[in-house]
Amino acid sequence: MRRLWRWLIPLAALPVLALLAYGFRVDPRDIPSPLIGRPAPAFGLATFEGTPLSLATHRGKVVVLNFWASWCQPACYEEAPVLERNWREYRDRGVVVVGVDIQDRREPAEKFVREFGLTFPNAQDVTGAVSVDYGVYGVPETFFLDRQGRIRVKHVGAVTDAVFRANVDRLLAEPGSP
Amino acid sequence: MSRLGLRLLTSLFFLGAAMSPVTAQPAAPASEETVHEVAAQLRCVVCQNLSVADSPSEMASQMRAIIRDRLAAGERPAEVRQYFVDRYGEWILLSPPRRGFNLLVWLVPLAAVVVGLVTVAVLVRRWTRHRRYHRPTRVDMDPAMSERIRREVNSE
Amino acid sequence: MTVDLGYGMTLVALVLAIYGGAAAAVGARAGRPALVESAQHAALGVFVLITACFALLTYAFLTFDFSVRYVATNTNLGTPFYYRITGVWGALEGSIILWSWMLGLYTLILILRHRDSARELYPWALATMLGILAFFLLVMTIAAPPFQRQVPVAADGRGLNPLLEDTGMITHPVALYLGFTGFTVPFAFAMAALITGRVGDTWLALTRRWTIVAWYFLSLGLLIGGWWSYHVLGWGGYWAWDPVENAAFMPWLTATAFLHSVMIQERRRMLKLWNIVLVILTFGLTLFGTFLTRSGVIASVHAFTQGSIGALFLGFLALVMLTALGLVAWRWEALRSQGELDSVVSRESAFLLNNVLLIAAAFTVFFGTVFPLLSEAVRGVKVSVGAPFFNQVNVPLFLSLIFLMGVGPLIAWRRASLENLKKNFLWPVVLGVAAAAAAFVLGVRSALAALTLATTVFVGATIGVDFVRATRARLRVGEALVPAVGGLLRRHNRRYGGFVVHLGILLIALGVTGSHAWSVQTEATLRRGETAELAGYRIRFDDLTAVEESNHFKVVGAFTVSNGRVLDVLRPAKKFYPQEQSPIAYVDYRLGLKEDVYLVLGDFARDGTQATIKLQVNRLVSWIWIGGVVLTLGALLAILPERRTPA
Repeated sequence: MRRLWRWLIPLAALPVLALLAYGFRVDPRDIPSPLIGRPAPAFGLATFEGTPLSLATHRGKVVVLNFWASWCQPACYEEAPVLERNWREYRDRGVVVVGVDIQDRREPAEKFVREFGLTFPNAQDVTGAVSVDYGVYGVPETFFLDRQGRIRVKHVGAVTDAVFRANVDRLLAEPGSP
Repeated sequence: MSRLGLRLLTSLFFLGAAMSPVTAQPAAPASEETVHEVAAQLRCVVCQNLSVADSPSEMASQMRAIIRDRLAAGERPAEVRQYFVDRYGEWILLSPPRRGFNLLVWLVPLAAVVVGLVTVAVLVRRWTRHRRYHRPTRVDMDPAMSERIRREVNSE
Repeated sequence: MTVDLGYGMTLVALVLAIYGGAAAAVGARAGRPALVESAQHAALGVFVLITACFALLTYAFLTFDFSVRYVATNTNLGTPFYYRITGVWGALEGSIILWSWMLGLYTLILILRHRDSARELYPWALATMLGILAFFLLVMTIAAPPFQRQVPVAADGRGLNPLLEDTGMITHPVALYLGFTGFTVPFAFAMAALITGRVGDTWLALTRRWTIVAWYFLSLGLLIGGWWSYHVLGWGGYWAWDPVENAAFMPWLTATAFLHSVMIQERRRMLKLWNIVLVILTFGLTLFGTFLTRSGVIASVHAFTQGSIGALFLGFLALVMLTALGLVAWRWEALRSQGELDSVVSRESAFLLNNVLLIAAAFTVFFGTVFPLLSEAVRGVKVSVGAPFFNQVNVPLFLSLIFLMGVGPLIAWRRASLENLKKNFLWPVVLGVAAAAAAFVLGVRSALAALTLATTVFVGATIGVDFVRATRARLRVGEALVPAVGGLLRRHNRRYGGFVVHLGILLIALGVTGSHAWSVQTEATLRRGETAELAGYRIRFDDLTAVEESNHFKVVGAFTVSNGRVLDVLRPAKKFYPQEQSPIAYVDYRLGLKEDVYLVLGDFARDGTQATIKLQVNRLVSWIWIGGVVLTLGALLAILPERRTPA
């Protein structure tokens, strides 16, 4: 029996190797958000045109809140047309798309908005307070808020048509109550 | 109270008054040190493994500003930390909160040290066992002889 | 053409390596020296082919051959000449070529040195080396081929990662890899010892110098990495306990433990099992390091990429560890020794304690590094384990180790008598306590800093005591001072090499303590002409200029530093590379023995009227680099061949 104890030495390596193998299944950069299901933090910004922008004005609608930056290539450049397209399609159905530009300079940001012809409200978060409030750790990140103003989904990375529609349709289908 | 005592008391009072602000002022801006302390415990979210205090990135700079503002508004460091944890999860703390499962990260290395020390102690005991049981018998030596030996050895 | 030629050479090298490994193994097993010789020729062929691949790739870099994908992603028309050379190993594929090339070099040296000695062990060691080389060539062929076609041929490349455009880029990976790959040779001999059953002292004697050489390069690599981090990355620190930094540190710790416990086996023929396990562990940890860097399993600033390469490395790591440790279990009887110690208070005990502490430190670093993974596996919650944790747990361990550094060399082998203890340690203890008191008087309030100072002085004094006593003995015999010292160092180069290395560690400890305990920092936004103040220094913002370089655009700030009188003008900059998403901060600093002034340029106004800076005054950091130099000098001294005749 004592002879068998020695085989513990190679066997001890197995749990470590198994743990490392498990590492392939997870993405260390994908951090789940603790804000899901909680009321979306309020903010008061001004759009690039100068009009005030806040969530309160859009209560009762499904809100797609998108954080972007002009230097974020290629993801933000891929999703901008997607957002604009879907905005135009859904704007009369009680959905609003809001863009927040973070860690950016005014000029390149305005250029970005012009380049993609974005018509949904976009504001610049100069101090970064809004992005921290939403637990944003990179761009692009998109939050889908329901009609009661709660964060329901956080999508990290570029938004595609499929992602947009799936989430928005589901939230629209829910009974809305002020 | 004696006159001396009264005089002492009043002078102390004025001394105290002179040292403290005469009018109630808003909380002083948080010392950079405290900001640094809190920032050193938070992970910079756009870098890899750097603290908010160390990171040169813009995001970290913005986070430091938020820390500064919140401390200046009167929040305690623990509350500021909690603010970030509420939004980013436990992940944003550079040292996991010492609760439950996370305690393992401190306890297991400690256990390893203890196990190592105990193992060495046991082994050393085992390896010196023969010395304790087979102590060489002292040879009684003639003092002149031992003196000669001592002198020879020391003169080397 | 380049791509096909390169790929073809890699393939042939792989086949040769597999053949050579098999030939050496069969030759060893069946006792056929002709096969072993054939394996040697195969090894030579492999080395020549890898060198040719390396040269070909470098040529492609130098001639802007954008038909090769690796060239296109790591250089562009603006990349300066020297960075086109060093850029060859700047990314994943090139790093594997570098690693393979070094393995090939070490294999050749092993052949030249040992083919006539250690007849039994040599063929198996050769087989192991070629087997490992074959794996890396396999990675080069399948998972990370440096010769891949870029279709369509790009007009211009992407460019080298700007952080790598630095002199550290030339030396840090090279030194680090020489260290990592160097540990393959002791491992190969350990495997040979296990396979042949000759687990006595032969394999140990053969590997001692190899281990010191590898340890030397690894130490160098770590120190240069710290220096690079300090003067390039712009965060004002030199060690972040990043997972990949940890992965390089762990083998250093186990190798250091091995270098000490080896001395016990040499003198007392004990700890055979432990020493072999240490060598296997060290090599395993170097593989673990390459796995971490390339698998993306743990997020790190060094991480190259993800993909199938991670699975390959993990598979190989599993194969190596299970085989090696399995062999250990198989040879258990031969490895166990009846240990005998004369006394609890002896140098042997000090060395055993040293090993416990070093391995405990290595384990702590390992556990902390993989804990986020463990937490996610068990709880599903992601946590971070960073600098605060590692500093907290490792500081007591390292402090104890430093204390042991003073005790170990002066305590007698076998049995330390009370007289021996008193003679050797009285003065050091007194000086240590005096240092602590002096620190307190001078205003040091951190108990940890005072304790570190006291320990450092104590250990320094023990080194001094030994050195003075030994020199005095020589002087007494009539030698003059300089030849006495020189002769001492040369004749006992192992011992004094070790002392010098310890001295280096002391200086590093001093630097680390100073930088942690007494550094200060601040941030300020300045308009032109305004000053920021910190620790007696005044920094005045003078100007902001824009400069166009060959492959980037640079905004440089000019800041005058004065502390009563004008000292210097610092020019921190922000470099904008077209291929990078955000600008790279380029720090400027003023180094000093006592403190460094360190300046990072943050945000600035377009018209140059305003700039935000992060200002640091880092204390005693230069002693880390000085200590590093001393440490490497000590290692070099220890590597010198032993001189038997009196100097």
